[in-house]
Amino acid sequence: MIEVKDLVKKYGDTTAVDHLSFAVEPGRITGFLGPNGAGKSTTMRLILGLDRPTSGSAFIDGKPYRDLRDPLRYVGALLEARAVHGGRSAFNHLLYLAQTQGVPKRRVSEVLDLVGLTAVAGKRTKGFSLGMGQRLGIAAALLGDPQILILDEPVNGLDPEGVLWIRQLLKALAADGRTIFVSSHLMNEMAVTADHLIVIGRGKLQADMPVGQFIAQFSDTAVLVRTPDADTFRSAAAERGWDVTGTKEDGALIVTGSTAPQIGELAAERGLVLHELTPQRASLEDAYMELTRESGEFAHRPAPALGGTDGRS
Amino acid sequence: MIQATALTKRYGPRLAVDHADFTVAPGKVTGFLGPNGAGKSTTMRMILGLDRPSSGSVTINGVPYHRLAAPLREVGALLDAKAVHGGRSAYNHLLVLAKANGLPRSRVDAVIDLVGLRSVAKKRSGGFSLGMGQRLGIAAALLGDPGIVMFDEPVNGLDPEGILWIRNLMKALAAEGRTVFVSSHLMSEMALTADHLVVIGLGKILADEPMADFIAKNSVSYVRVRSPQLADLATKMASRGWRVDAQQDASVHVYDAQPAQIGDLAGRESLYLHELTLVQSSLEEAFMRLTAGSVEYHAGSTDPQRAPDGAAMPGWGTPVPEDFRNAQVKEHSQ
Amino acid sequence: MAARDSVLTPAAVDAAGTGHAHFGRLLLAEWTKIRSVRSTYWSLIALVIAFLFFSWLFPYLTVANWKQATPEQQANLIEDPIGSIMSSGLFVGQLAVAVLGVMVTASEYGTGMIRSTLLASPHRVRMLAAKSLVFTLLIGAIGEVIAFAGFYIGRLTFKSLLTVNLDSSNVRQVFGVGLYLGMLGLFALVIGALLRHVAGAITGIVALLLVISNLIQLIPGRVGKYLYTYEPTNAGFAIIGKRLPDNFLISSWEGYGVFAAWTALLWALAAYLLVRRDA
Repeated sequence: MIEVKDLVKKYGDTTAVDHLSFAVEPGRITGFLGPNGAGKSTTMRLILGLDRPTSGSAFIDGKPYRDLRDPLRYVGALLEARAVHGGRSAFNHLLYLAQTQGVPKRRVSEVLDLVGLTAVAGKRTKGFSLGMGQRLGIAAALLGDPQILILDEPVNGLDPEGVLWIRQLLKALAADGRTIFVSSHLMNEMAVTADHLIVIGRGKLQADMPVGQFIAQFSDTAVLVRTPDADTFRSAAAERGWDVTGTKEDGALIVTGSTAPQIGELAAERGLVLHELTPQRASLEDAYMELTRESGEFAHRPAPALGGTDGRS
Repeated sequence: MIQATALTKRYGPRLAVDHADFTVAPGKVTGFLGPNGAGKSTTMRMILGLDRPSSGSVTINGVPYHRLAAPLREVGALLDAKAVHGGRSAYNHLLVLAKANGLPRSRVDAVIDLVGLRSVAKKRSGGFSLGMGQRLGIAAALLGDPGIVMFDEPVNGLDPEGILWIRNLMKALAAEGRTVFVSSHLMSEMALTADHLVVIGLGKILADEPMADFIAKNSVSYVRVRSPQLADLATKMASRGWRVDAQQDASVHVYDAQPAQIGDLAGRESLYLHELTLVQSSLEEAFMRLTAGSVEYHAGSTDPQRAPDGAAMPGWGTPVPEDFRNAQVKEHSQ
Repeated sequence: MAARDSVLTPAAVDAAGTGHAHFGRLLLAEWTKIRSVRSTYWSLIALVIAFLFFSWLFPYLTVANWKQATPEQQANLIEDPIGSIMSSGLFVGQLAVAVLGVMVTASEYGTGMIRSTLLASPHRVRMLAAKSLVFTLLIGAIGEVIAFAGFYIGRLTFKSLLTVNLDSSNVRQVFGVGLYLGMLGLFALVIGALLRHVAGAITGIVALLLVISNLIQLIPGRVGKYLYTYEPTNAGFAIIGKRLPDNFLISSWEGYGVFAAWTALLWALAAYLLVRRDA
């Protein structure tokens, strides 16, 4: 369990984290979202005691990080920035970390094996690719078998197997009752990984809710309908006051203002045959962009100039 | 148009790219997928004339890269975001490139606006975040207004707005009739971006086909059906010989049938439908199914092409030693 | 997936117990850090070779050119042969120690390692103490070994000219090499922790050792003598001298005490800042 209470961090005149309060609960994966510069990394660093808060506090199982004895046994962290000495081998990097916590040497081999770095364990990390560096960071986070994991952009540089592997690993760890706190810029990855979301913008909390609720709250729901009796269906839907917004290239209709069961029942009552009846789940990305637009708190970012065609369906 | 013919690259005894044949056509976004160490970067480097093929060839509009008269006007590439002198401003970095290729200063301003770096154009790029570096790399790629663009992992370091932006940018470039060739490890991102896929594993081309065909071929699809009269409907579907699997969430998965067939059946029987959805595997699942053999040893695999000797790796392992070697090779050749 | 199971049931971690020697673990970890990078070996090899080579070279040149030496030079040498052996090796060898000491702390910031270090040991002062102790003892021990080796090399080289023996009046000069180098290593480590920048810290400490420590002799009068005497590295270097220069106002041990006091003061400042500053 991670608790953040009224946390503030100022760098000179800029407020990176602005009276932020939230809790990260065990047993689920909590995604931590926000644009660049929103204060995600700073918040993580404050939780981990690397930076001192200007005011407020962050607790790991009720204690400030700096008061933890053998912290790596409580919290495993992967930070976005590199945190290894390039001249040291992967094995020795993990070995000294293990020694600080009284973790035995064979756990080092165990985590190296787990992340697939055994073959290069003796090599200096200078020559590691981004993905290998990331795996070493994940190995370090898992070293003390912690109940809490804090990961900043963990899939950065991983290949498809690596992406899938870390997702499955995090899910297994959450199912095991551990607390998982993951930041990411990849909405489509978060959508299939996280159970709960904490969204910040300009250092302030924007949303703290389950993924499903987040998507429902910040997007319109629609139903995709395919039917050989399109015209009859359109007029029947219009009677009910539903909006049949568009015909997609292959004759599919998008119905808003209704639900799939309501449409199915209408069709059966009118003797209309349906060839498809699919609730359209808005994507997490759509919902996130909608929140971004609504709050206006985010992003004074330069508008994309060439983005005329929005290809999303 | 990019065309590879029996393209081969050998590092000592190891075949990084093994007789690869593929074509990247204009007017669409072609995704280039493969596990680490599969030969993606090597292939891209050979396309750009940075590495020499051991045998075979790869051409840009019919000509090898090194024979292009004005390469930046034909091909723009983003390979490594940090291949920029950190002490130079973004503007000057682009100006140097423009001058070297006889491009007018106005193009520099155009691409800086395009990628949204106007406000930091005069700042030294050493202080750029990964995302800004990525945008600068994209600006450099687009400087010559090329007909072909190649991006290696373009969303690396971008935030959600940036990711959406580059996805739309690539689609817009393709819609303008350009050839867009993009590699990525993010299947969920590729699924939304690419129209066509080239998949490479252990140096061999495993697939070169439209996205929809690729998913259809490498996936199991079924129809999810919900209905208030589900038991009745399920019996009638089963009697047609379709496999019906009951699910926890009051739905059934129906195999061997098309949604339209089920809809027709329900219509005829006047049964209510609450959902009728064709569910296909994700690109990720399809990709994993295809490349499983080329990343790790599978006991019992009988396909020699999919379980070659060197592929036995520990754990969930991607072939790390190859990856490592690639990293070394890259360092030396820069 | 077998790999996943092993993270959920890591027998290895539980088996560790909680152990009590907490500071001992940090010492062990810092020792691992120091011995697992090549720069340590290069610096130490440079120290040993430079020290032993110059312990031979100066006596050799002295013997070879004895006839050309002025009577004053001859008298100085006969009075304090050990000081001349030790100081010539030390003058060059100390640079390797200064560089390595800076690297031990400052390179953690340069590489980002400091984040890993502080995540593992959030009690930052304890971490700095462990690092300081391990490094000081390592350099001190190596310093003593090369001091006595250098002494015997020098003695052999001088043999045809004069006999050099260790006795209670001069053993401090040999033993002082390890004391000086250990303290200098710690001093450099602290400078690295304060400046957090390898190149800057190395430039600073080398300038102090080679330039500033000598330049301040040129300041005239009492002020100059005070500055010269209490400049930390000059004060520390006195531990290997027999007859100290006229403008050096205190004794050898007092000088070493001044060096130690400087180091302790800066160490306390470094510890304070380490706790206060963002990593």
